[in-house]
Amino acid sequence: MTLKREQLIWAYEMMVLIRRLEESLMDAVAQGKPTYVGHPYSGQEAVAVGVCANLNSNDYLFSSHRAKGWALAKGLDLNKVVAEMWGKVTGASMGRGGEMQMADATAGYMGGNVVVASNLPLACGTALAAKLRGKGQVTVCQFGDGASNQGAFHESLNLSAIWKLPVVWLCENNRYAESTPVEYAVSVPNIAERAKAYNIPGVTVDGQDVLAVYDAAGQAVKRARTGEGPTLVEAKTYRYYGHFFGDKTTRYRTQEEEAAFRAKDCILQFKKKVLEQELLTPKDLESADQRVEVKIAGAMKFAEESRYPTVEELLGDVYV
Amino acid sequence: MPGRELAYWQAHVEALHQEMQRDPTVIVMGEDVAGGAGRTDKGIIDAWGGPFGTTRGLIKEFGADRVRDTPISETAFIGAAVGAAMAGYRPWVELMYAHFIGVCLDQLLNNAARAHRILGSEHKVKVPIVVKTWLHVEGILYAIFTHIPGLKVVAPSSPYTVKGLLISSIRDDNPVIFCDNLALLRMKGEVPEEPYTIPIGKADVKKEGKDITLVGMSNMTNVCMQAAEKLEKDGINAEVIDLLSLSPLDEDTILASVRRTKHLVVVDEDYPRCSVAKDIAAVVADKAFDYLDAPIKTVNSPHAVPPYNRFLEHLYPPNPEKVAEAARSILR
Ligand SMILES: Cc1ncc(C[n+]2csc(CCOP(=O)(O)OP(=O)(O)O)c2C)c(N)n1
Ligand SMILES: [Mg+2]
Repeated sequence: MTLKREQLIWAYEMMVLIRRLEESLMDAVAQGKPTYVGHPYSGQEAVAVGVCANLNSNDYLFSSHRAKGWALAKGLDLNKVVAEMWGKVTGASMGRGGEMQMADATAGYMGGNVVVASNLPLACGTALAAKLRGKGQVTVCQFGDGASNQGAFHESLNLSAIWKLPVVWLCENNRYAESTPVEYAVSVPNIAERAKAYNIPGVTVDGQDVLAVYDAAGQAVKRARTGEGPTLVEAKTYRYYGHFFGDKTTRYRTQEEEAAFRAKDCILQFKKKVLEQELLTPKDLESADQRVEVKIAGAMKFAEESRYPTVEELLGDVYV
Repeated sequence: MPGRELAYWQAHVEALHQEMQRDPTVIVMGEDVAGGAGRTDKGIIDAWGGPFGTTRGLIKEFGADRVRDTPISETAFIGAAVGAAMAGYRPWVELMYAHFIGVCLDQLLNNAARAHRILGSEHKVKVPIVVKTWLHVEGILYAIFTHIPGLKVVAPSSPYTVKGLLISSIRDDNPVIFCDNLALLRMKGEVPEEPYTIPIGKADVKKEGKDITLVGMSNMTNVCMQAAEKLEKDGINAEVIDLLSLSPLDEDTILASVRRTKHLVVVDEDYPRCSVAKDIAAVVADKAFDYLDAPIKTVNSPHAVPPYNRFLEHLYPPNPEKVAEAARSILR
C-alpha cells in the first residue's frame, strides 16, 4: 500500500500539527494562560496519523488518556479540541470533558478514557453494532502497553475473537506505563504475541515510521472491513516528555535512551524519506509548516476568546 | 372476569419478547441467556433461556444475532453492551447476580453513566441499555447503583410491575439498572397481555392509610403489605408505598404521604449504611421534619455478611413482624 501525494501531505501536516499544538499549549501554560497540556504525545504522532489515514469518518475510534493526537488525526475540528483544552463552552464536549473525555461522534471519535483499558469493552460494542448493521464500519481501539496487563484487554480480545468483530486493537507501546518499564511489567517481549492466546493475528510495527504504521494498520483495517475479524497491532514508540506535563523523566529513564529515540523522530524520518525519494518537495513541507502555524494561532485565539460554560451547562444532562 | 395470571418470570419473558418484536434494535446478551448459544446445528432448538428462564424461547424466534450467549467476561460484555448502545442499539444485558458487580462496575460507573454527557455537544450519543440483575440475600446492593449519577435504578415488586417497568426501561434513552428479586421468581399475579409501560421515577401508593407510611421496594413492598395486615388487627391503618424507581427518587409521593400520616417506616433489604432507606429518611427529615410526630424508623438487613445457612437465612432480611414492630414502636 502506498500513500498518494495529498495523503502524504496530510500525514506530514497532521504530525506537525499535533507536535506544534502540544508545544503551543506548553508555551501558553508557561505564560500563565488558563489552559493545560494533559498527557504529552510528542514522539508518538506517527502512530495516530498512520492509523487514522486508513479510516473513514463513520469508522469508530476509541482513544485513551493520551488522547489529543488521536482526536485530531480522526478528524475532530482543531478549534473544538483547543477550546476543550481551555475548558471553554465551544470545546468538543462543552468544556466538561478535557483531553481525556472530549469526543465527537459525528467524526466517529468516541472519546478518550480516564480508566486504563476501560475503552476496550466499548470498542467490542461499537464493533458488534457495526457487524449487526452490516455496512462495513470498522472500530479502532487505542491503548498503551500498560493497558495490555488489564483483565479488560484479555476479556475483550477473547470476545472479539469468538464473535469475529470488525475491530483493530491498537497497542501503542511507548515502553512505559507512567514510570514502570514495559520489560518489568509485561511477560512477553512483544505485546503482539498476546494475540496468539486469542487465535487472532498479532503484528509489531515501528511506531516511529508513519508509512510502516499505515501499512500494518491498513491490513488490519482491511481484515476487519471484509469480515475477517480482529487484529492486534503493536506500534513501538516513545514519548519525549513525561507521563504528564511536568513529570521528571530522568527519575526513571536514562538520557541516552531518550536521545536514541529522539534521533529516530517520526517527523524527521518522514521528511528525510520523502525528500530523498522525491515524493514531496521542500516547498510542500514548508507550506504545510506555515499552514499549521496559522491554524494553531487561529485556534488558540478562538479558544481564548470563547466564554466558559455556565454552572448549569457544566452540571446539566445527568440524564438525556 | 379476573385477568390472565402469569408468574413473575413469565411476565419478564413476555415484556422482552414484545419489545424485541416491536423494535429490531433491541438485542439480548448475557451468560446462558440463549443457553447452548443456539446449537441448531446439533438439532437442539429448545434453548435453556437463562438459569431462571427469563429469556426462554427468544433465540428460537429472534436468532443468535439478537440473542447472544456471552463468555463469563462481565467487563467485556457489559462494556460491549454500552458500546453497542452508543452506536444505536438497545441492549438488554444480564449481570447474573448483583454481587458480581465487583468484576465490572467500571463499565457502568465510568462509561454507561457518562458517555451521553461527554459526547454531549452536537451529535447526541445516548446509552439506552438495560442491565438486568438478580438480587438475593447474597447481595441486594441497590445503594451501589443509586449512588451513581446518570444511572436509573428500578425494582419491580410483582408480575404486573416487572412487565410494565421492563418495557419502560427498554424504551428509556438512559442506562437503567433493572433489579429483579429472586424471591419474586414464581410469584403469580394478573398481567395484561398487551404491552404497557409504568413511568420510571414514579412511586405507587399501593394501599391508602392514615396512621403511618410504610415505604417498600421490590419484595419489601410485599413485606410491607403483610405488615399492614398485622397492624390493621391492632387498629393501625397503614399506607403502603411501592417505590418502583430507586433512582430518580419520587420524593413528592413520599413527602405527601408523610405529611398526612406523620409517621414513617422505610423497609429496604439492602445493608443499612448509606442505603436507600437511610437516604429516604434523610430526605424526609430534611423536607418534612415539622410534620413528623415521631422519629423515622428504617428496617434493613443487618450490617453483617449474610449467612450461608438455611436455618439463619430467614432471620437476616426484614420480615412482616420486624416491620410491624418498628411501626408500633413509633405509634406508642
Ligand atoms: C485502572 C487505572 N489504573 C491506574 C490508572 C492511572 N494511570 C493513568 S495512565 C497510567 C499508565 C498507563 O500506561 P500505558 O497503558 O502504557 O499508556 P501510556 O500512559 O504509556 O500512554 C496509569 C497507571 C488509571 N488511569 N486507570
Ligand atoms: Mg505506555
